[in-house]
Amino acid sequence: MALNRPIAPLVHGDHSVRGVMVKVLYALVPALLVYVGFFGFGILIHMVLAVVVAVAAEAVMLRLRGRPVRPFVTDGSAPVTAMLLCFALPPLAPWWVTVVGVLFAIVVAKHLYGGLGNNPFNPAMAGYVLLLVSFPLPMTTWPVAFTVSGEYPGPLVSAAIIFLGPDGVASWDAITGATPLDLMKTQLGLNQVVPEIAAHPVFGDFGGKGWEWLANAFFLGGLWLLYKKVITWHIPVAMLGSLFIMSLGFAALDPGSHPSPLFHLFSGGAMIGAFFIATDPVSAATSPRGRLIYGAGIGILTFVIRTWGGYPDGVAFAVLLMNMMVPTIDYYTKPRVFGHGPQHGPEHGRDHGRDHGRG
Amino acid sequence: MSTRTGDFPGGLHLDGHKTPSSGRAVETMPVPPLLVFPLHQHIGEPALPVVEVGESVLAGQLIAHAEDYVSAPVHASTSGRVVAIEKRPVPHPSGLPAECIVVEADGEDRQAPCEAPGDFETMDLSALRNRIREAGIVGMGGAGFPTFIKLNPGPGGDIDTVVLNGVECEPYITCDDRLMQERAADIVSGALIIRHAVGAGRCVIGVEDNKPKAAAALRAAARDGVTVQTVVTRYPAGGEKQLIKILTGREVPSDGLPLNAGVVVQNVATAAAIFHAVSEGRPLISRVVTVTGPGVAEPRNLEVRLGTPVADVLAHCGADTAAVRAVVVGGAMMGFAIHDLASPVVKTTNCLLVDAVADDADQPQMPCIRCGACVEVCPQLLLPQQLYWYASVRDFDKVQDYSLFDCIECGCCNFVCPSHIPLASYFRFAKNEIWAQERERQRADRARERHEFNQARKEQEERERQERHRRKKARLKDPPDEAAPADSKKAAVQEALKRAQARKEGLEAGTEGTEDRG
Repeated sequence: MALNRPIAPLVHGDHSVRGVMVKVLYALVPALLVYVGFFGFGILIHMVLAVVVAVAAEAVMLRLRGRPVRPFVTDGSAPVTAMLLCFALPPLAPWWVTVVGVLFAIVVAKHLYGGLGNNPFNPAMAGYVLLLVSFPLPMTTWPVAFTVSGEYPGPLVSAAIIFLGPDGVASWDAITGATPLDLMKTQLGLNQVVPEIAAHPVFGDFGGKGWEWLANAFFLGGLWLLYKKVITWHIPVAMLGSLFIMSLGFAALDPGSHPSPLFHLFSGGAMIGAFFIATDPVSAATSPRGRLIYGAGIGILTFVIRTWGGYPDGVAFAVLLMNMMVPTIDYYTKPRVFGHGPQHGPEHGRDHGRDHGRG
Repeated sequence: MSTRTGDFPGGLHLDGHKTPSSGRAVETMPVPPLLVFPLHQHIGEPALPVVEVGESVLAGQLIAHAEDYVSAPVHASTSGRVVAIEKRPVPHPSGLPAECIVVEADGEDRQAPCEAPGDFETMDLSALRNRIREAGIVGMGGAGFPTFIKLNPGPGGDIDTVVLNGVECEPYITCDDRLMQERAADIVSGALIIRHAVGAGRCVIGVEDNKPKAAAALRAAARDGVTVQTVVTRYPAGGEKQLIKILTGREVPSDGLPLNAGVVVQNVATAAAIFHAVSEGRPLISRVVTVTGPGVAEPRNLEVRLGTPVADVLAHCGADTAAVRAVVVGGAMMGFAIHDLASPVVKTTNCLLVDAVADDADQPQMPCIRCGACVEVCPQLLLPQQLYWYASVRDFDKVQDYSLFDCIECGCCNFVCPSHIPLASYFRFAKNEIWAQERERQRADRARERHEFNQARKEQEERERQERHRRKKARLKDPPDEAAPADSKKAAVQEALKRAQARKEGLEAGTEGTEDRG
């Protein structure tokens, strides 16, 4: 009688790629609720559209590449990319913006580089940057929070604007306006000082109105991901920390032309970037030390691009730039292997063994 | 009572599956009708048979002799008759049959006379080691390294600490737990012998803190400075390097052995066997085996004669051997599957895990998403995902850059991988490939050396031939007669004509011309 020959280990933790992706989606729920609350139903329409296009594109690409379709289409990675991209898009942008962005993210940034696990660039950010540089007008026409405009784009108005254009919608001008980061950038360019600009009604307590609550929601979701051990603390802490320190330093030196650190952390993409974008494991650095460097690089570049670059927010560009650095970072941050290096010495410096609870 | 000197990085909390077998005392399994003794039950060179087919043997009688230094002798575990010396299925990951001595038991279980018991404290150290060697003792925790070698640190080996490994961190195995509970005194006695043999001052028995009864029994039996220390229950705390780190705070250097950290580690069962060998003169002919898993109705620990076929052990435990689908030797994390139930229990068989199937067997393998979960649990501080990447594209230089050979194959990375990648298998594969390439390279080197030698010999012959030729030519060129022609070809022709002429004349004269030879 032939025996089966199972290969050890025979026991396995309850982790799966799908489980990881589903947890990321759960962690986005608070932010999604806050977003819909402040900016209307547009994002939901875009998300439905984005997820459908992403999953369809995923399936077609898998078929074309001769890979098994079912386990990959159901792994949850395409919806995560689609939803993260939607958070970066103006919620009332025309429908084709989402379609183009998602197709570029899934087809080019993901599958042309070898699919799940092989893409050097974060697909959502690649899609966003393509849209930003290709279609600047629709990509910078943002609605303001309803607490500022007094107009709340409901499902029908949102759908009409997204699919038919803003022409027939009387309140379009009230709905749209400058985002806090954009306003800060343009007004600083007009030689206004930060306190003057901050008096504008789009600014809230420490960030933009609505935006600061969105940032809080991403922060909450991020803490939950940390608690669930989907991500480690290294990248968020390094990224937010370096952004904070950079902005604190410049704001202390010249408070008139540099907004406060809280503005940097709570107005734009810093929170979603720190917890959901930069922590994308595929395109991030791998070792704990490498992740600190990678995260710090994103924080610094975000500040640099916001302050001296051509775009109001720099998170997406910073992530993509640091994606390029990942192989180099990984190469130079190999941890000291057990039994290598100083013998009988003090405890190794690496913060290891803190996470004994996995499995 | 739990004192911690150090901790090791990484590791996992695994759900134990120990309760079914840990509560039952060790039972002795009857001698089976047929026993199979592989000549190779240890790391090193196989032993050589010293019995012939048809010969009668007694329990404890030497049947295979250890010729090489890194080797261990084999003893019959019951009395009977040698019926075959041939290749049989053995418990080895390769599944390849290997040379075995097959003994048909006579049912009388007559014992060979034991060596006189000795007092280890007055025994010459090399005689002490020799007795341990003659008893055929190898590491019983699963690795099977001949024990006496570890007790011979040699010049420069400065061992100050003996560690007995009572950690048993694999989730199913309980044989050492029971042994510690029931034969703590033997283990402590063995520990004293080991400490004496290596001249160490300190002796610590490390026991996981999920085995309070074992720790208590050992503490009760501890004497003469042997201490018992509980260690954290975290897999793989029983790994040699990890245990040394926990108990002494020292790291075994990557390219070194425990003795380079001043430590010698022995499994508790090995210590008990050493006690029996030295103080009673008993060779290693039986061991405690945990028989467990979903395929066994009543998991238990059995004292089994070495050489007992796995099928007999399972039958004794009430398993329907015809229905058994899989048997893994060793634990769920690091064990390997046997290919044939006729494979015997050997010195390293600590556990038979019956019909355990991987609990993620139906999960498809997904691509690595570089999540780094494996990095966090690796007790050796490796980067398994990078190793996997390079192993899967067969870049064997790079995997060695990433310290592949520091991997202890504990399987922690496998356990946490969300993509269900069999990482440990990839690393085993890469190691085997590299070893195979190394062997191939050595073979090629030898072949090249042979070829070069051959070539050099041919060149030498050619040189010598040409030298002869040149000398001969020189002799001919310098003839005693007049007017050597400038043209050597012409001269050669004339020479040939002259020879023909001479031969002709010689023939006519009835004699063979010989003077122009050579």
